[in-house]
Amino acid sequence: MSAPWVLSEVATRHGANTVLNGASLTVAAGEVVGVVGPNGAGKTSLLRAGLGLLPLAAGEARLAGMSVATLTPGARARLAGYLPQDRRVAWNLPARMIAALGAADLAEDAADARALDALARVGADHLADRGALDMSGGERARVLLARLLATRAPLLIADEPVAGLDPDAQLLTLDLLRAEAAKGAAVVATLHDLGLAARCCDRIIVLSHGRIVAEGPPREALSRFILSHVFRLDGELVETSAGPVLAARRI
Amino acid sequence: MSLPRLCLAMILALSGVAVVAICLGETPLTLAQYAQALAHPASPPGEVLWSIRAPRVLVAALVGAALGLSGATMQGLLRNPLADPGVLGVSAVSGLGAALAISMGLAVLPGAIELAALAGALVAGALVVVLAARFREPEALILFGVALSALGGALTALVFNLSPSPVATAEVMAWLMGSVQNRDALDALRALVPMTIGAILCARAGRGLRMLTLGEEVARMSGLPMARLRVQAVAGSALLTGAAVAAAGVIGFVGLAAPHLVRALVRDDPKRLLWPSALAGALLLVLADLAARVIPTEQELKLGVVTALFGAPAFALLAWRASRSWRS
Repeated sequence: MSAPWVLSEVATRHGANTVLNGASLTVAAGEVVGVVGPNGAGKTSLLRAGLGLLPLAAGEARLAGMSVATLTPGARARLAGYLPQDRRVAWNLPARMIAALGAADLAEDAADARALDALARVGADHLADRGALDMSGGERARVLLARLLATRAPLLIADEPVAGLDPDAQLLTLDLLRAEAAKGAAVVATLHDLGLAARCCDRIIVLSHGRIVAEGPPREALSRFILSHVFRLDGELVETSAGPVLAARRI
Repeated sequence: MSLPRLCLAMILALSGVAVVAICLGETPLTLAQYAQALAHPASPPGEVLWSIRAPRVLVAALVGAALGLSGATMQGLLRNPLADPGVLGVSAVSGLGAALAISMGLAVLPGAIELAALAGALVAGALVVVLAARFREPEALILFGVALSALGGALTALVFNLSPSPVATAEVMAWLMGSVQNRDALDALRALVPMTIGAILCARAGRGLRMLTLGEEVARMSGLPMARLRVQAVAGSALLTGAAVAAAGVIGFVGLAAPHLVRALVRDDPKRLLWPSALAGALLLVLADLAARVIPTEQELKLGVVTALFGAPAFALLAWRASRSWRS
């Protein structure tokens, strides 16, 4: 069976600038992969290029063995769910209707039922009838996560899903993504909190200047060398009872 | 309130207002004359009601519905509460078509001005459809629309400027201010064809407009063929706007305000907003035309003037009340 997501030597450009250069990656079903790197390293471009949302200058991206370039929008939607960094909502739609957008291929009643189920899972069932613009940023983030979960796609890709959330909501979000992986989905998330990435991801991809410079289990990928050369941090991951924690200072 | 119930309530309200609009007018009728008009449609009171007022009310309702539906479609597509049917520049180019026809003396030919206005709308619509297929950012479409609108306005001003006859200039001015005076059943029928096609296109875009609430990338990743949606929505809106301008001239505010009047009743859902917005537009324009007829002035007020005079302050009030939900 083909891996849910395979990138082969993918390159993208923004004008004359190369923002992603020869990135190769395979994500298997059931694993949680964290993509980390400094601002501007190419994390969002990696996700967007791999989903066919950015034109590729070179290489190929495959979803379940099929090139994204040849997939119809409907087929792509069945193979991958995407939670973008941008949490803007244009209209004051109730949460249940926003979550139901994740199940757009279903009839309205079935999509609503799936939306309510997803809202309950993210602990936002009490917000079901509240307008998205009448919510706090954290509440809206939960509703948007519910939309991603409602897709029930075999590949879930989340761009900075915990940005701006309180610690409890951050852990809840990653626990929910891990639960999806436990059920067989492949999960990819960009993260800025390296300690959180180390605790919650099976594998870490480190990007720097558009290239993948390290890849592997958290302690290997986030070595002292990488922390120092990519993130300009002097320190290391320290094992605690709650999992690895980053102890570091700026160089 | 469910969508069918809301639409039914609005259809009942529109029917009631239409009956009042047919009954009231410049020529006062007695109860006996109303009875005569009902019993004998060919009698003089019957002529006033069924040949003069009823077609006028019908055209006003159709034009209002077209503008309301077009406005709701544009607001959904561009994810912008300030978008209206004129945002793509179709109204301005359609107005230019009519101005050219009048200044060339084609007004003597029946239906020539309307045809010229519709041709202008189709040219502008085709241009915007090509651009919509190519550019995915709503801002790009809005900017092209602004440019097209400015060009249409400038060329219309040029027509005024170069017009050899002050009579033609006055005619163009009068036409551009919008009116449904002296419209007949044939005018309604002529408008109905492009409006029906436009309405079908907009209705088919409804599901996509809802999905666009979270932005274009989420919509694309949810399986929405975006290029097709943009073409459908823009072509539908252009046809509706062009047909409305061809039938009644340039009428502002209805397409902008109608969606906002009913937005809260459909929980802001861009898909469910479409038909209530069309009905709200019809209701607004029939009322505006009634006001134009019954407000005692030496010359009958132009429809575009009435909608702007009443629409601008009412819309400002509405915008002030709704501004809380527009924050992002």
